[in-house]
Amino acid sequence: MSAGFRRRQRINTFMFFLTGVFTFIALSTLFFILGYIAYHGISSLSWDFVTKLPKPVGETGGGIANAIVGSLKIVGLASLIGIPVGVLGAVYLAEFGGNRIGFLIRYAADVINGVPSIVIGIFAYALVVLPMKQFSALSGGVALSIIMIPLVIRTTEEFLRLVPGSIREAALALGLPQWKVILRVVLPTAARGILTGAILSVSRIAGETAPLLFTAFGNRYWDDGLLHPIAALPLTIFTYAISPYDDWHKQAWAAALILILIVLIGNILARLLMKQPSPQSH
Amino acid sequence: MYNNQNTSLALALAALFLMAPFFSAGAETTLNGAGATFPYPIYSKWFDEYNKIHPDIKINYQSIGSGGGIKQFTAKTVDFGATDGPMSDKEIFAVDGKPVHIPTVLGAVVPTFNVPGVANLVFDGNILAGIFLGTIKSWDDPAIKGLNPEAALPPSPITVVHRADGSGTTYCFTDYLSAVSPEWKKTVGTGKAVNWPVGLGGKGNEGVAGLVKQTSGAIGYVELIYAKSNNLAYGAVKNRAGKAVLASVEAVSAAAASAKIPADFRVSIVNASGDTSYPISTFTWLLVYEKNSGKTGAVLKEFLVWMLEDGQKLAPNLGYAPLPANVNDMVKARIQSIK
Amino acid sequence: MKKIISSPAAPLPVPLRMRRLRERAGDRLFRLFVMGFGGSVIVLAGAIFWQLIKTSHLAWQKFGLPFIWTSVWDPVNDVYGALPFIYGTVVSSAIALAIAVPLGLGSALFLAEMAPKRLSSALTFLIELLAAIPSVILGLMGIFILVPAVKAAEPFLIKTLGFLPFFRGTPYGVGMLTAGLILSIMILPYITTISRDVILSVPRSLKEGALALGATHWETVRLVILPFSRSAIFGAIFLALGRALGETMAVTMVIGNTPKISLSLLDPAYTMSAVLANEFAEATSDLHVHSLISIALILFCMTIVVNGLARLLIYQVNLKGAKQ
Repeated sequence: MSAGFRRRQRINTFMFFLTGVFTFIALSTLFFILGYIAYHGISSLSWDFVTKLPKPVGETGGGIANAIVGSLKIVGLASLIGIPVGVLGAVYLAEFGGNRIGFLIRYAADVINGVPSIVIGIFAYALVVLPMKQFSALSGGVALSIIMIPLVIRTTEEFLRLVPGSIREAALALGLPQWKVILRVVLPTAARGILTGAILSVSRIAGETAPLLFTAFGNRYWDDGLLHPIAALPLTIFTYAISPYDDWHKQAWAAALILILIVLIGNILARLLMKQPSPQSH
Repeated sequence: MYNNQNTSLALALAALFLMAPFFSAGAETTLNGAGATFPYPIYSKWFDEYNKIHPDIKINYQSIGSGGGIKQFTAKTVDFGATDGPMSDKEIFAVDGKPVHIPTVLGAVVPTFNVPGVANLVFDGNILAGIFLGTIKSWDDPAIKGLNPEAALPPSPITVVHRADGSGTTYCFTDYLSAVSPEWKKTVGTGKAVNWPVGLGGKGNEGVAGLVKQTSGAIGYVELIYAKSNNLAYGAVKNRAGKAVLASVEAVSAAAASAKIPADFRVSIVNASGDTSYPISTFTWLLVYEKNSGKTGAVLKEFLVWMLEDGQKLAPNLGYAPLPANVNDMVKARIQSIK
Repeated sequence: MKKIISSPAAPLPVPLRMRRLRERAGDRLFRLFVMGFGGSVIVLAGAIFWQLIKTSHLAWQKFGLPFIWTSVWDPVNDVYGALPFIYGTVVSSAIALAIAVPLGLGSALFLAEMAPKRLSSALTFLIELLAAIPSVILGLMGIFILVPAVKAAEPFLIKTLGFLPFFRGTPYGVGMLTAGLILSIMILPYITTISRDVILSVPRSLKEGALALGATHWETVRLVILPFSRSAIFGAIFLALGRALGETMAVTMVIGNTPKISLSLLDPAYTMSAVLANEFAEATSDLHVHSLISIALILFCMTIVVNGLARLLIYQVNLKGAKQ
């Protein structure tokens, strides 16, 4: 064995040791944060907390059921808009986007991604709330979907590009039209990556407060349909966290815990769904 | 067959039950309001209590900030607004219709500090202005020592902490400093957000409190309720009559009682006269339209009457000062014209 | 791929030609269809841009371009300038990237190349969760945990690195460095999870080829895996940068919110999105609101420039890669 080889081996060991250390740092930060939220939140967690309406300060009990349902509604609405637009937009970018339009779309997506979420909120306010003279679940969903679209577009495009050209060519050679190849072969092959992008973007918007302040508005009661003010978990967390009362602070932590649990469960469910037919070839 | 029908009926009922939150009954009235953060706890308490007495009336209040409240009120996206600082003439002019200021409760702002070994301090307007202007730099400054001969003040530097977010708390505090210090009025002035000469900016009451707690030698200002419910050390402030008063619900109501209240209730009560008045106090207001559409006016009026009677009794427990009797009577008379 | 379809060598029999035409019409329709969705993003960006201009023109009329390099921010006298916020945003985001990129890429490599598959996907779940933590909660934790920790470490930094202008001043605990740290936590999931998936998607044949040629595992990473996934990793970094630029709630809790420019990373600072979030809800004067939106507009233009530069960079990198 030459000295050069041993040096290369040592570098190899050292670098992977370093990546292990980095992973450890990243994970311990995460566990610390999750643990801290769980520690503060778990004492206020109960069945009532997830099934009841909020009670005013000074009264024990009461929950955030309306905020949980509200968040699901708003995030669902945002996903309904954001994921199809994002994925189909990304299909354009990956398959036909080598031109000027593709360049502009990517550019625009990245620019929107850098806009502070409160500005998105102000935009959705001007777009939906002012014309309707009414705060609504719809406007909240629109605001969140605007944040979501660039995230979905960027991740989906990257994963579509990673689908090997050979797979496409094989399908095309069988005589399938291109659109069928994309829908039946390319998209399923990239599904895992697309899902990652979708989950990341759902996680991101689920915790957003600022864009909801002037759109979804918040509601202490149950809301009707999509055209009225609606409660949302981040709004509840925000309102409770900045209040002067210890009891509400605890509820804020518990609500944060629930938000994270919902995202975790959604995440796991999505992965399980993906597991069944595995089109992944390697 | 019978059995089958039964099952489907049960299923339909279950579905209805599950969907109930999405399609609640249409007979009820829902009002939406938005604005100040400071009175959010008492407002939500009032609206919940009122809903218990009148189950068909739901009033939804969201704390999006006083400025937001005024903007939404002006844009008519809400049925009423709420603010910690009164609307300016220009803002009132921008409203289509006549806005009415309804004072609801009062609050106070207290100087909170973290000086090791010191639990009680007395401040006056000049000292507070000097500290927040950056001219008084050390805790053992003769001016502070002069008012607190007993306290073991260290020769350590003062770290100023102020609110970074626009807030009624800052408005009240700077309003007070402007009233007592010409120097402050000239160089900084009154506002919900100002150009601070010195110090760190914390976001929200908890941001300020957190920084003060963690910084030895720090001073900040927070709302009385916040200082009380979080056991923060806060100082007494010398009022106009020269008496050092520690902030309390009574001292705040006293300040309001001794102030001269104009007919439109847009008034600042900082540096009020009276021996027991706490000098850094303020009203908080609901904003309603003089003329409303549909049932809104009647519902609001009925609520306001309840608020001035039973509602006021709930305030002290939550740390808010109720309206003094003279102001309460004036407001009762004023709301009669709301339609 | 388009070429493959549209190059029939010889005339086809009529029924087959009809089919081919129909397919081509289908393809064209499909292409237009997805272009519509992609194009909606351009429309959206344009609409946001227009909205920002519409609601900020008063500030530009009053202050003109000097708004960008003026450092006064005085809401009482209605005088505004954006420079300290621009500086704070740029520096805090740079700190965040400097921490999160090596950390995220390193853990992505570990998760993709070293960890057993089952463990790796479980850990990736968790890292994705980091993106879901509401920033107000992260901000509260920042105040109560990160700030004291940084404060405890700062005297040491001043003592050892104080010869640099970046580590001088009073150890407050709040400031640019703390803001960069909290931002790095928020952007870590983007870099880690996307990079991991990208690295996993590198064709096995490429990796095995390198290994078979005698490269060590690390050399395979450096010479094959990273170059192959470069553009996607850049994409992830820019997603992360976007988040860092726009993040507000958590940053404003720990940055000290002082609109002053100081070289030292220990001094309190302010960011563009923080001042927007802090003052927008309570701003009542028109000029104040318009000045805040002007800051949003500057941020918008900054992302246009930053992303433009990035595209140029990726383009050149890819070009070089293609030549090799």
